[in-house]
Amino acid sequence: MALELKNVGKKVGADVHIHPTDLTFEPGSFNILLGTTLAGKTTLMQMMAGLEKPTSGEVWFDGRNVTGTAVQKRNVSMVYQQFINYPNMSVFDNIASPLRVARLPAEEIRTRVGEMAELMRISAMLDRRPSELSGGQQQRTAMARALVKDSDLILLDEPLANLDFKLREEMRDELPRLFAERNCVVVYATTEPTEALLLGGQTAAMHEGRVVDFGPTGDIYRNPSGLESAKVFSEPPINLARASVKSGWVLLDEGVSWKADKGLAEGEYTIGIRPHHVSPVRQSTRSVVIEGKVKVAELTGSESIIHFHAHDHPWVSLSHGVHPFETGRFARFYADMSKCFYFDADGHLVDLSPAGKAA
Amino acid sequence: MNKTVNQKAWFFVAPVLILVAFNAIVPLMTVVNYSVQETFGDNVFFWAGLRWFEEILRSPRFHDALGRQLFFTGTILAIEIPLGVIIALAMPRKGPWVSVCLVLMAMPLLIPWNVVGAMWNIFGLPEIGLLGKTLNTIGFDYNYTRQPGDAWFTLILMDVWHWTSLVVLLAYAGLVSIPDAYYQAARIDGASSWAIFRYIQLPKMKRVLTIAVLLRFMDSFNIYTEPSVLTGGGPGNSTTLLSLDLVKIALGQFDLGPAAAMSLIYFLVILLFSWIFYTVMTRGEEQ
Repeated sequence: MALELKNVGKKVGADVHIHPTDLTFEPGSFNILLGTTLAGKTTLMQMMAGLEKPTSGEVWFDGRNVTGTAVQKRNVSMVYQQFINYPNMSVFDNIASPLRVARLPAEEIRTRVGEMAELMRISAMLDRRPSELSGGQQQRTAMARALVKDSDLILLDEPLANLDFKLREEMRDELPRLFAERNCVVVYATTEPTEALLLGGQTAAMHEGRVVDFGPTGDIYRNPSGLESAKVFSEPPINLARASVKSGWVLLDEGVSWKADKGLAEGEYTIGIRPHHVSPVRQSTRSVVIEGKVKVAELTGSESIIHFHAHDHPWVSLSHGVHPFETGRFARFYADMSKCFYFDADGHLVDLSPAGKAA
Repeated sequence: MNKTVNQKAWFFVAPVLILVAFNAIVPLMTVVNYSVQETFGDNVFFWAGLRWFEEILRSPRFHDALGRQLFFTGTILAIEIPLGVIIALAMPRKGPWVSVCLVLMAMPLLIPWNVVGAMWNIFGLPEIGLLGKTLNTIGFDYNYTRQPGDAWFTLILMDVWHWTSLVVLLAYAGLVSIPDAYYQAARIDGASSWAIFRYIQLPKMKRVLTIAVLLRFMDSFNIYTEPSVLTGGGPGNSTTLLSLDLVKIALGQFDLGPAAAMSLIYFLVILLFSWIFYTVMTRGEEQ
């Protein structure tokens, strides 16, 4: 029961919301749509569900073309960022609502709702109204409603975005477990690269209505196909700089240079290096020194995020521990260039295997 | 911590106090004053105690007027609230027609009340009015100045025309505040449009509808201008609502004592009904 998007696109008037997209999600898979707000994650999901009609292409499910099939005939569930529950029904009735629409016998409804409430740890709240629950419990109720009916396709649109930090971590741990034994296709939209990495599965990186990269989450993170994919999958944003390769050396505009990897042809490149490879302390023998003026220092307690300018070009450094920096002062940072990505003029990643890149 | 005493604060509150005193407390106390005394003019007063209250509460004339008032208010609420909700549901949610609909809906609310009365007065005249003439031409014996039934029909039709828009606008505001995701979730569940109305739209509109019922209740209970211009309470006493009767007693007969007592009873009735309704509607949502 795989979900296939064949050349699916969406235009509204002259605006292209989704460029023609091909994607295949296998049954039992956990898939992440990663991208900033307005990248098109929600629109793409709504087309998968059948809530929106694509203006081009076809949606196939289980070997059948379901492009024109109404959403209520598709056996789909969806969880939203806002906690969507029926306001004047009890939690029990909320969870039971899709089963009642399907006209299951009352006895079966009771057992299935009971099991689902157990799994979601809201058994004690079954008699309450959604408005009497905490945000986390409301979202659990909405999730229970989505999971109780054995859908073939479960769509989660930033389900944890409105929860507080602690709850988000808890639910992030539970989510993969909830879907582990199901044979359905799960699609999960998020704006946070960290969340994608923690959830695992496969990731489709999205940028401005285009799927720019798709594959196992870890692979996409370590080997982004191109510049856009690397940008989407970095938080804080990846450091980018223009570089030229000449006679075995890489030279940055800032005057910094290092020995080029083998197989790197001469020419112009954009290099990308994630903030955690730029550090106030030397991490590797291949680190190069970048000197800059500190603009902003964010100390989060366990991490320090330092924004600095080297020759008016912005850089970000992320390091463990607290490194107090005075803004306005010059400081030295060490960029581990063995971890750097080289993108060619078209924005594609230059493959330097078998050397490989370790994150 | 010590409380700081700041006498200057009175200075800032004073304008409000003076305003409220002159437009609420002083007139109200004047009425209370009249309601417990008897006067024959010349500022000569005799203590009357609760005599006027007893008289009013026992008088069949007051009972009849109150009955007519309750019938009027009950009828227009039963028509305007469901009708307003139905119209609001039928209105478009987005697109250029939204503003057209909203302006059309707001029109009756912008017309001065005595003009509304005068309009319907002429509109219903059997000889020349569009409504009256048409009804008579197609065979109905319609004459609101002579037949009580026709007078009531015209009165209620006028109020529905004038005030349903208010309910529509409030209900519409409640409807557009429902996020799209609710409708999508309902479609995914395969909910029927009745179920969407019953379990999403109606609960989400509950608060604005409570306000709509309260406003319409209080306004229709106080209604004076339009029926006074339309029928003047006639024919006979058949459409004499509470406020019309009150004006007759106070200014027609110049019985200031009974009129003041009646005003206070009238006020308490409105307060009581509003309080009961509000308490019942908002019970169980103390969060």
